[in-house]
Amino acid sequence: MAYEAPLEKYPVKIREVILGGGEKARKIGGENALPLHFFEGSLPNPPGLALEVLDTRPENWAPWILEPFEDVASDPMSWAKKCVEEFGAEILCLRLLSTDPAGKDASPGEAAKTVEQVVKAVDVPLVVLGTGDEEKDSQVLIEVARVCSGKNFLLGPVLKGNYQEIAQAALEHGHCIVAQASMDANLTKELNIALCKFFPPERIVVDPTSSALGYGMEYTFSIIESIKLFGLADRDNMMQMPVFADVGIECWRTKEAKESRDQGVLWEATTGITFLLAGANLLVLRHPEALRLIKKITTP
Amino acid sequence: MGLTGIQIFKLLPKTNCGECGVPTCLAFAMNLAAGKAELDSCPYVSDEAREQLAEASAPPIRPVAIGAGTRALKVGGETVMFRHEKTFYNPTGLAAVIASDMDAGALDRKLKEWNALQFERVGLNLRPELVALKDVNGDASAFTAAAKKIAEESEFGLILMSDSLDALRQAIEASAFKKPLIYAATSDNAEEMGNLAKENGLPLVLKADGIEDLIALSDKLTAMGLKDLVLDSGAREPKQLFEDQVAIRRAALKAGNRSLGFPTIAFPCEMADNLDVETMIASMLIAKYAGIVVLSDFKGENLFPLLVERLNIFTDPQRPMTVTEGIYEIGGPDENSPVLVTTNFSLTYFIVSGEIEGSRVPSWLLIMDTEGLSVMTAWAAGKFSGDLVGAFVKKSGIADKVAHRKVIIPGYAAAISGEMEEELPDWEILIGPRDASLIPKYLKDLAK
Repeated sequence: MAYEAPLEKYPVKIREVILGGGEKARKIGGENALPLHFFEGSLPNPPGLALEVLDTRPENWAPWILEPFEDVASDPMSWAKKCVEEFGAEILCLRLLSTDPAGKDASPGEAAKTVEQVVKAVDVPLVVLGTGDEEKDSQVLIEVARVCSGKNFLLGPVLKGNYQEIAQAALEHGHCIVAQASMDANLTKELNIALCKFFPPERIVVDPTSSALGYGMEYTFSIIESIKLFGLADRDNMMQMPVFADVGIECWRTKEAKESRDQGVLWEATTGITFLLAGANLLVLRHPEALRLIKKITTP
Repeated sequence: MGLTGIQIFKLLPKTNCGECGVPTCLAFAMNLAAGKAELDSCPYVSDEAREQLAEASAPPIRPVAIGAGTRALKVGGETVMFRHEKTFYNPTGLAAVIASDMDAGALDRKLKEWNALQFERVGLNLRPELVALKDVNGDASAFTAAAKKIAEESEFGLILMSDSLDALRQAIEASAFKKPLIYAATSDNAEEMGNLAKENGLPLVLKADGIEDLIALSDKLTAMGLKDLVLDSGAREPKQLFEDQVAIRRAALKAGNRSLGFPTIAFPCEMADNLDVETMIASMLIAKYAGIVVLSDFKGENLFPLLVERLNIFTDPQRPMTVTEGIYEIGGPDENSPVLVTTNFSLTYFIVSGEIEGSRVPSWLLIMDTEGLSVMTAWAAGKFSGDLVGAFVKKSGIADKVAHRKVIIPGYAAAISGEMEEELPDWEILIGPRDASLIPKYLKDLAK
């Protein structure tokens, strides 16, 4: 009997989301196959790999994660430029850590000003993240959306408690959003349904929340995989949004990453690779070497 | 592959003797079909029926045992494509290459160095299992001496890699007790290699040029009576290799392809020019379907992430991982540091301890055994009730470590505080946040 490769074809696809604008705009998603399954479908866009930039000088980072940014760590604009020009980042993720109500508690206006400066310094698409504080993020992200109207950022995290206000601002000012629901595919779907009542689904990226290798990575892995299978195999159109994974922040707080440079880089890269294999479309990474390694084996 | 209960029933004696522990043969057949009974419980089943059942119930991917002793491993035996469908059973074996021309002293040092690469985590010892000994110059006596040394002096299992039948024969003689995996039968030498493996009762790798070639090879060796096979599709480029891993797993599980119903072996060591890139390829192969992964070397920084990835991916998603009950110190707490209590579901522990660590407020974290349930589930199930948590705080010994008498409970379990106060009259019960991400703010406010 002749061998026939057992292929699985899906009649639907993950939505394609466009980030940023101009020549450097990047598309993510758009595939009608599981990750890296080039042999049975079309995966038009390689996974987005964003490098992280903080809007404030990081504290308590291990020396080897700070080292690549040592000279620019107090200046988000130079930091962003370095990530693009020196480390080849095609997407940046600006984390507005300064707005943390438990920390500096910077005002929405100050944060938006930083974002405005960064967007002038670089031309790659920007992910702009708050700190996860529902109330504060709502104020901050709305201000960012307004001040940088039309820049097509990916704003997040948008949560059950603040999705209405933030998504409304994103809609008015032409941005995409990261819809975050913690570790449960059903919650991801619920939030998508609520959002899609007034927000275009092709501007939503979902974040089932990440975890590091050794710290619950397998939960994230399986939830991403389930979301993708619900979307493709079960054709659930509320599960066909690209998946986002915030990898660097989780990995670099583990003690294993703080033990040595090489181990830290590989901790992050291994976590990232496994999420890509589960189906993640956009990773936020911290170490340029982790970015380089992942790029090396995911770029066709 | 899986017979139905009725199909199995037809092969049973149908006497309803009840000696298997259930009253009827039909009930027994149903249990067999569901994997809840062993055929051996029936004393009267005929040999013929036994053979038919064994063949029909053989797992779609054969489990293959390699090595002996503390690092013995079993690969294959998988039943699903995605771990959340059930679980992955047999963790990917990790191997690294030693060249046969390495001198005895260097080999000694290498084995010592590799033997030291053991990592303790959640009560388990994580370590690699295999050395892939590669014949690099056709010197059979050097190959044999190295095989003998590795088999006798180290815990590692062996993959014996050579094109020379003679070298393999000698090396097997010196190391057969360690049950090495032989590499490899190809279309050029299938018969001789097959006989060599068969005579010695050893597992054998089939190295082919693509999947169709692999099927032909597998059928040929299976016809010779070999059962313990491991498949190498020949791909040495990540994209093709990944495709082959998926195709082999799918063909065996979804299309009932017996020829491909064996574990695979893959060689990142032949696919990259540095160990970090090899590590990336290996991390793909652990998540997606390789039975054995061969690296060019073991180095702690590269091996440890792969071992932890393997542990995570092969964790049974149906059984919550737990951490041990007890007092956990985070950030070097002292007698004035806050005390928090939560459940022993590992994810709860990892998230809560991570947030406390992130807050940089040194703290004592009490982990109570709730059989792996998270806070809300444990509370709803009565396993995180006020009297139980109170009694646990009392016997935990935390009172000897702190000067204050305040304990913080999870916000979701706020309802138990009254009961806890009764159990712990000297203590003040503080209600923490519902969401772990608010712990840093909570602890900082508390310290003000």
